[in-house]
Amino acid sequence: MINAALLFAFACFGIGLLFTLWRVARGPGTVDRILALDTMVINVIALIILFGLYTGTSLYFEASMLIAMVGFVATVAYCRFILRGDIIE
Amino acid sequence: MIIEIIISALIVIGGIFGLVGSFGLLKLKTTMQRLHAPTKATTLGVGGLLLASMVKAYYDKSMLSSHELLILFFLFITAPVSANFMSKAYMLLRVDEDGLPDTGSDYGWAGYDLPPADTETAHSRLGDSGPSD
Repeated sequence: MINAALLFAFACFGIGLLFTLWRVARGPGTVDRILALDTMVINVIALIILFGLYTGTSLYFEASMLIAMVGFVATVAYCRFILRGDIIE
Repeated sequence: MIIEIIISALIVIGGIFGLVGSFGLLKLKTTMQRLHAPTKATTLGVGGLLLASMVKAYYDKSMLSSHELLILFFLFITAPVSANFMSKAYMLLRVDEDGLPDTGSDYGWAGYDLPPADTETAHSRLGDSGPSD
């Protein structure tokens, strides 16, 4: 039963990843693309956690933690570049 | 058996939340509306998956694992921060400052005006004359 639920969640987040990819490609503005990239990072974290659940190891939590941190820093850096024209002043 | 049902339900609920968040990013009309869907729904979806993972680790090895809590708190703290940054960037790019209501304090809106604590040094860095007094 858990495997069926995992398969369903894999499909959900995979389709979500495609939706965010569409928004990155077609998004009318810069902020839309930043938002789509941020959502893409969250979807990838979810996929990594699902894969960790599927294989039954706790090895993948460190990877998802690192990706969460890098994604947050990337979003803040993009927005700060728009806001101030510079990332580290 | 009951534990398996709980874990499966949490995974399915997390997946539905994640799908709804990403679909909202595709479906909603304006940028400020689109900002709502992923920052809330998708984060909640990942939270559901992490809760499922915690329950499963407790069920398999009968010990609480703290990795999931770390990721959960990090995501839940950073999601509103990045949403605020993105809305500020959108305001700077698209919203006219004249149309905004008064802030009710000595300083204007953040993003358009310099922050209060930093005004003097920022003025000197930008090459302005700064406050004349």
